[in-house]
Amino acid sequence: MSFRILVLVKQVPDTRNVGEDAMKADGTVNRGALPAIFNPEDMNALEMALKVKDYHPDTEVIVMTMGPTRAADIIRESMYRGADDGYLLTDRKFAGSDTLATSYTLAAGARKLQPFDVLIAGRQAIDGDTAQVGPQVAEKLKLPQITYAENIEKISKTKITVKRRLDRGVEEVAVKMPVVLTAHSSADPCRPRNAKRLLKFKNARTIGELQNETEDYTNMGNAKSVHKISEWTVDDLDINPENLGLQGSPTKVKKIENVVFKQKDSVKLSESDEDIEKLMKDLITSHVIG
Amino acid sequence: MKNPLTVNNIFVYCEISEEGKVADVSLQLLTKGRQLAGELGVKLEAVVIGSDLGDTVKEVKPYGVDILHLAEDKRLFPYTTLPHASIVSKLFKEREPEIALLGATPTGRDLAPRVASTLKCGLTADCTSLVFGDHHDKKRDVKYENLLYQIRPAFGGNIIATIINPDTRPQMATVREGVMKLEKVSAPKDPEVYNLNVEEYVNKGDFVIDIVERHIEEKKVNITGSQIIVSGGYGVGSAANFKLLYELADVLGADVGASRAAVDAGFTEHERQVGQTGVTVRPKLYIACGISGAVQHRAGMEHSAKIISINPDAEAPINQIADYAINGKVEEVLPKMIKYYRKYAK
Repeated sequence: MSFRILVLVKQVPDTRNVGEDAMKADGTVNRGALPAIFNPEDMNALEMALKVKDYHPDTEVIVMTMGPTRAADIIRESMYRGADDGYLLTDRKFAGSDTLATSYTLAAGARKLQPFDVLIAGRQAIDGDTAQVGPQVAEKLKLPQITYAENIEKISKTKITVKRRLDRGVEEVAVKMPVVLTAHSSADPCRPRNAKRLLKFKNARTIGELQNETEDYTNMGNAKSVHKISEWTVDDLDINPENLGLQGSPTKVKKIENVVFKQKDSVKLSESDEDIEKLMKDLITSHVIG
Repeated sequence: MKNPLTVNNIFVYCEISEEGKVADVSLQLLTKGRQLAGELGVKLEAVVIGSDLGDTVKEVKPYGVDILHLAEDKRLFPYTTLPHASIVSKLFKEREPEIALLGATPTGRDLAPRVASTLKCGLTADCTSLVFGDHHDKKRDVKYENLLYQIRPAFGGNIIATIINPDTRPQMATVREGVMKLEKVSAPKDPEVYNLNVEEYVNKGDFVIDIVERHIEEKKVNITGSQIIVSGGYGVGSAANFKLLYELADVLGADVGASRAAVDAGFTEHERQVGQTGVTVRPKLYIACGISGAVQHRAGMEHSAKIISINPDAEAPINQIADYAINGKVEEVLPKMIKYYRKYAK
């Protein structure tokens, strides 16, 4: 038995470790100051696919991402960890996409890679935290969705059983494939890079990257052995340009502001018995406590 | 083309909780929806989908619902995506709501994007504020009045974005539990009730998901309604020190909360996490122990009526929003608070 699994991944700015220089004076985000990383829950998604391949070695795991040329980094990273191949959807016309336009584009890419048995995406990306793209890709492909997947419990030629993580428990559901899953952060973390795969794929490049690198002649000697990462633009996909990018996005950003909290005139206290005694007395007399 | 029979009302998808009742977050959204409907001069509609909706009218009536749509069928609880999405999508096509609100719960966050994709309309997740405002599209010179400003933290909570959906309807948004206030209306009327014929709303292939097994735990910890919260951060130092917070909470009749860093460090359980990736709270007193006050945390507690911060770092950002900033160590201060509370409380 073997399967074909498509994993959607995204390169994101690391919003969890935002330093002082991450915001510009005008309140916009200084993307340059934030390292670009592999979206954490997409790593869970990749692992979920690779586990199926562990049990069914003829399974093919393909990653797909939409982003600028540098997003090929996470395709390579996926290959170091076990993915067989990767596709980069890249075009200026994709820029400014909201979740609806993004899912439209990703669904077009996924359709071109059909037939697949399972499509897995991370639940949400840390730059937007919307959790919308997975379900919207499923809707565009007219496939059922299983969100918050924690583990694939069983997979047979036609049917998959998945454990889902809910707020207050777990649910096990079964459905015929093909199906879209979104992986929850409580799913198993991704395995590390494999040294052999690292050597094999470190020179994997997209056409765009190769064009940028032509002056770097150290790489040219290896040109023949370079694994090609496929790059698809608008022209490679069966899509209506009106549904892409800013134009295809029903939501618009009206305003971006820095987070401002109203500064209070706080009463400054020490940890002395005197200060704490007075504080507790005040809180009780004013009925805040007691 | 506008359907002349529709009135472009405000819609709330009311979710059924594990206990079989309309979920708190949905009632909070009815409160918000009621206010927005009042401002626009339109009606508030709600849709409830489930298997046993006998008490639903009674549950939603106090929040001022004008029109209630019920879809009742054994197969509709527990929730699965496709039948709920089909019902909501078809109902929205018929009723053409101006605005649609859903809880940012596992169910709402599963359902809303599916519906928005079907209707090709905009959706904004996890809004923290919803207000009306105008918009001028300068490029096309089109003016819009009373658009829903959907305000949400973005970029890991480091910025606040105002999102609008100028040209698509409904303007869809999800909101997390605890963000909106819950308020009954003064003289509620009986809503007009429509029982939907479920067969006309679902598709044949919608019941493809078999729920094999479910394990739902009792609601153990829920601090969203707490009046007093003693909350700890990474600065508490250890799980042992965290016990001090429980002691103070016990004495004050409070609940214990935590920052993400404290939860990640294993000091306490995730259900207590306050902030953007946890719960939003608005207690009358919030005691922040060893919490530096990252924006993500402040977003979940800034509406507390009074804030006390205990931190050895006098420059900790949390102190900017604290009413009392105690410059000291948590393990020094908490025992003293317990001692003097006991001394003065009757």
